[in-house]
Amino acid sequence: MSAVDVIGVSKSFAVKKATVVALDDVSLTVKAGEFVSLIGPSGCGKSTLLRLIAELDSPTSGSIAVFGKTARQARLDQSYGIVFQSAGLLPWRSIAANIELPLTLHGVSRTARRERVAELVELVGLTEFASSYPEQLSGGMQQRVAIARALAERPGLLLMDEPFGALDEMTRERMQAELVRMCAETAAAVIFVTHSIPEAVFLSDRVVVMSPRPGRIRAVIDIALGDVRGEKLREEESFFAGVTAVREALHGAPESTAATNAARGVDSR
Amino acid sequence: MTNTVVRRVLPPVVLGLVALLVWELGVTLARIQPYLLPAPSAIGKQLAVVFPSLWVAMLATGLNALIGLVVGSLMAIVFALLASRVRVIDHIIAPIVAAIAVVPIVALAPVLTTMFGATSESPRRVIVAIVVFVPVFVNTVRGLRQMLPVHRDLMQAYAASNWQVTRMVTVPGALPYIFTGLNIASSLAVISAVVAEYFGGLQNGLGSRITSAAANSAYPRAWAYVLGAIVLGLIFFTATLAIEKLATRRR
Amino acid sequence: MSRLRAVVFGVVGIVLLGVLWEAYKAFGPAAGFSAFNTQLLPRTSDLAMPHLVDMLTRTVQPTNSSADSQPVWLAVALACLSSLGTAAVGLAIGAIVGFGFALLMLRFRIAQAAVLPWLVLSQTVPLIALAPLIVAWGGRIQIGAFAWDRWMSVAVIASYLALFPVAVGALRGLQSPQVAHVELMRSYAAGWWTTLVYLRLPASVPYLISALRLAAASAIVGTVVAEVSTGAKGGIGRLIIEYAQSGSSDPTKAFSPIAGAVLMGLAAAAIVALVGLSLGRFRRNEVAT
Repeated sequence: MSAVDVIGVSKSFAVKKATVVALDDVSLTVKAGEFVSLIGPSGCGKSTLLRLIAELDSPTSGSIAVFGKTARQARLDQSYGIVFQSAGLLPWRSIAANIELPLTLHGVSRTARRERVAELVELVGLTEFASSYPEQLSGGMQQRVAIARALAERPGLLLMDEPFGALDEMTRERMQAELVRMCAETAAAVIFVTHSIPEAVFLSDRVVVMSPRPGRIRAVIDIALGDVRGEKLREEESFFAGVTAVREALHGAPESTAATNAARGVDSR
Repeated sequence: MTNTVVRRVLPPVVLGLVALLVWELGVTLARIQPYLLPAPSAIGKQLAVVFPSLWVAMLATGLNALIGLVVGSLMAIVFALLASRVRVIDHIIAPIVAAIAVVPIVALAPVLTTMFGATSESPRRVIVAIVVFVPVFVNTVRGLRQMLPVHRDLMQAYAASNWQVTRMVTVPGALPYIFTGLNIASSLAVISAVVAEYFGGLQNGLGSRITSAAANSAYPRAWAYVLGAIVLGLIFFTATLAIEKLATRRR
Repeated sequence: MSRLRAVVFGVVGIVLLGVLWEAYKAFGPAAGFSAFNTQLLPRTSDLAMPHLVDMLTRTVQPTNSSADSQPVWLAVALACLSSLGTAAVGLAIGAIVGFGFALLMLRFRIAQAAVLPWLVLSQTVPLIALAPLIVAWGGRIQIGAFAWDRWMSVAVIASYLALFPVAVGALRGLQSPQVAHVELMRSYAAGWWTTLVYLRLPASVPYLISALRLAAASAIVGTVVAEVSTGAKGGIGRLIIEYAQSGSSDPTKAFSPIAGAVLMGLAAAAIVALVGLSLGRFRRNEVAT
């Protein structure tokens, strides 16, 4: 079963008498365990699409299924975890208590909670900060806490809305490498919204390139770089080829030979 | 346009009318005694009867509030300018202002009456001035402090003089804050001018009219004077708002 | 460290005020200064402006000539305690009702649209002018064994003055969580009450504390004013008026209850500050990310 099926989804907002079409007839399927990035200029509807899948908004038309259920049922069943651009940690709860929050809300027993939190702080490498408070952590560390919180209930799907957008470039690359490792450990499918082409290529199995006004999918690019992705990958030819392919799809330029080499099966629309 | 009017104006107006209706009917039907709550219609009747003396009392209280407000605000702004320049003055005034903010200043009325004399208008004005000093001072200081670093650097780069910086950047930037303080102060001025009369001294304003009517069990009349006090408060508040609009539009 | 500095400078400020008082008394014109038929500066006689030392010595002397009378400071302290108690009852009632209003406005949009403008408006008008009227309830209401006492009128006045800042502040606090936090709770499929308990209530604490500080000050003013209008026995308001009336024969006595009222206001603010300290955990600010 696929993790997410988006079929013919449109979304329009009413802004001061005018109607803005954020998404126009978008279809997308994400397989279980697959890492898919949504990339495009601002206003292309990539965040809107993510919010529709999370059922933070509802589509104007079309249907969305998450693990075969409606988006609403998936939210009620906690089939996904979500990470926003701001970590959104509750400042009055310790790191452990923040990670624990979804478990507490859904009535998990105290001992089970404690065990799971111990695993998660280990996973994100923050064991010694478990009893600290958010204000004592750097931005990158806070975002790791947010990821741990999103993974708390072992969701099969992780939704990430520009999670590293506010981090500096060095921190960002380190976080990307850690995310690759965590995804390998949890085997969750990921939908990852980003502005950064290298980030999308480094992380993804597929990159969905979107265009604005109205928001549409312009191309879907397969990134066949394998499951094991280390820092060295950033300097390899195949990585650059992927970056070029995504960039050209974004700018609508003709495909170069280098791009077609790495990006097999470009699906232009 | 009409939509926002409907959504923002209609609910409070409807609630107000319903409350008025419930009040009137409740008082009449449940035979609530006037000492507990007189009916709006009874208050309205009294309002027409006492209007001449109400007008005189409103003028007296209004003048006290106005003089106190102007004097207190001017002093607050001057002291705020001083405090923003001279650290020591700031250190000394800040705790005193913080203390005044939580203390019942009206309680000073009796000693001010002995200091200025029982026939003097000054005690109530002094009280109003002290009470309004707090919000105007606090907000002005806050406004003077919030100069953006980029503006400060810019002025430094232009080699602007101290006075130029004050005139071009500091004061215009502080203006909205000063008006926030004045808005609060305008309400406080009327409130303290009315209440100060409860503590003795010259008895020619709204406060003493309310107490004497209540003492004579003329409750609808007392409520009519309370209504006068409320109207006076609204006049002061809207006047400050209007001045703010005028001052900010010119920029 | 800055707290200590504030105290030191505060003391310096008070000493300066005292010096100003004595200096004006020593060098100011005896009849004060009048212009335009208005007394602009006070008179400096011992009757109008007693020496500070005399005010202080008066506080340790007995209140009146009868043999068993208390010293003035004790009478003032007892009256302050009584008023503080009344104000506390008023503050508690006002805060609870005000918070209820805030919850109602949070839950129902229409309630907020209808009630909030009135609450904001009510803060700009002298509602405290109603005090002498609510006082009239004293001794007239009787329901079974329950008799309406005068101090209850005082508490009612204190409570409605405390209600408005709490209602407005609490609403602002309950609506303060960031969009990300609200959406996070939604992604957890958390209901209104869960969101209230886990997110909105903790987030509202800083706003509640500053609202309570305002409300406590209002409750104190309301109590003193109401006691003046009721003449309710035992409170500091009554003492202010009573001692002021003996002003011509005993001018220094009038200052003690006023000092008492000032200290009472400070004490109330200190109590609220202590409550705030105990809730320090909820007053951390999230580092911007």
